[in-house]
Amino acid sequence: MSQLPSEAAHAAHHDDHDDDGIPHVSAREYLTGFVLSVVLTAIPFALVMGKGVQNSTALAVVLLAFAAVQIVVHMVYFLHMNARSEGGWNLLALVFTAVLVIIVLSGSLWVMHHLNSNMMPGAHEMQGMQGVP
Amino acid sequence: MSDAIALRHGEGAPAAPGSGRLDSMPFDGMFLDTAGRHHPQNGSLFGFWLYLLSDLMIFACLFAAYGVLGRNYAAGPSGADLFDLRLVAANTAVLLLSSITYGFAMIAMQRRSRRGTIGWLLATGALGLAFLGIELYEFAHLIHEGAGPQRSAFLSSFFALVGTHGLHVFFGIVWLLTLCVQVAQRGLTRENMRRIACLSMFWHFLDVVWIGVFTFVYLMGVLP
Repeated sequence: MSQLPSEAAHAAHHDDHDDDGIPHVSAREYLTGFVLSVVLTAIPFALVMGKGVQNSTALAVVLLAFAAVQIVVHMVYFLHMNARSEGGWNLLALVFTAVLVIIVLSGSLWVMHHLNSNMMPGAHEMQGMQGVP
Repeated sequence: MSDAIALRHGEGAPAAPGSGRLDSMPFDGMFLDTAGRHHPQNGSLFGFWLYLLSDLMIFACLFAAYGVLGRNYAAGPSGADLFDLRLVAANTAVLLLSSITYGFAMIAMQRRSRRGTIGWLLATGALGLAFLGIELYEFAHLIHEGAGPQRSAFLSSFFALVGTHGLHVFFGIVWLLTLCVQVAQRGLTRENMRRIACLSMFWHFLDVVWIGVFTFVYLMGVLP
């Protein structure tokens, strides 16, 4: 298991970093990331502020999809994530954390949603009054 | 059998039961060298990346809290009543711009331009301060309207999440100004370049978290 990343580092002999592992950056990379981010930010804001879409559930899914794509863009173009940096350990740690984050987020929402809809006394009579303490 | 174990012990090789690969290595020093040769000599950047990922867990918990409590208004104002999306759009634009100015600082550092690095760092810091200013204005406005963190579970989780992000930006600016002084005094030494690269990750990481904030809190918060 521990050999995989070192092999990846070996394959990437033409390393793209200097002694301290500082990634080599280019203006083109940053500008590409910037333009993509501006587009990926402007569209969600326009969708919500323009009030063109009526279905909030569908709109929420679209917004989350734009956010997910933009996060990947930032990771690649600004944080210089790739499978080779630090011999693959950067990406491995990121994937591990992403799994934890997904478990924390979806688990919390799932459990608390069920708690809210099933454990509230007289939940069925109180539809639409969830905000009342 | 015991002789073999004693021999291994004497050579200082690590016991590696069941690993044919390790056994086939001439000696363990070679193994370490193969593993380490293409790695940077200094682990600061990787260590800092691990710190950022643990920081991400803090934000994940705050996002989860907001996700659970974000619609519990306690008969108080909702996100649709409170949020001014024009302010949020301005804030997002400022933070995005600060990301690219930091990128230019990194490029100036790569060209070993001390003046360029400091200039772009200061531009980034100014944009960071503008971001904080807009955010503090928004917070003050909300509290003035009686929508402070004590008003409802929604507002408590909102202030906790957005406030934690703002606090990170604040400390990022403190770090940035410290680095400007360091670079001005000592130049682009190896240590300073490493620090600038770490702060670069911190700054872009905050921008990534902000994507989650403006999408999940503000844009989705004003949806009916």
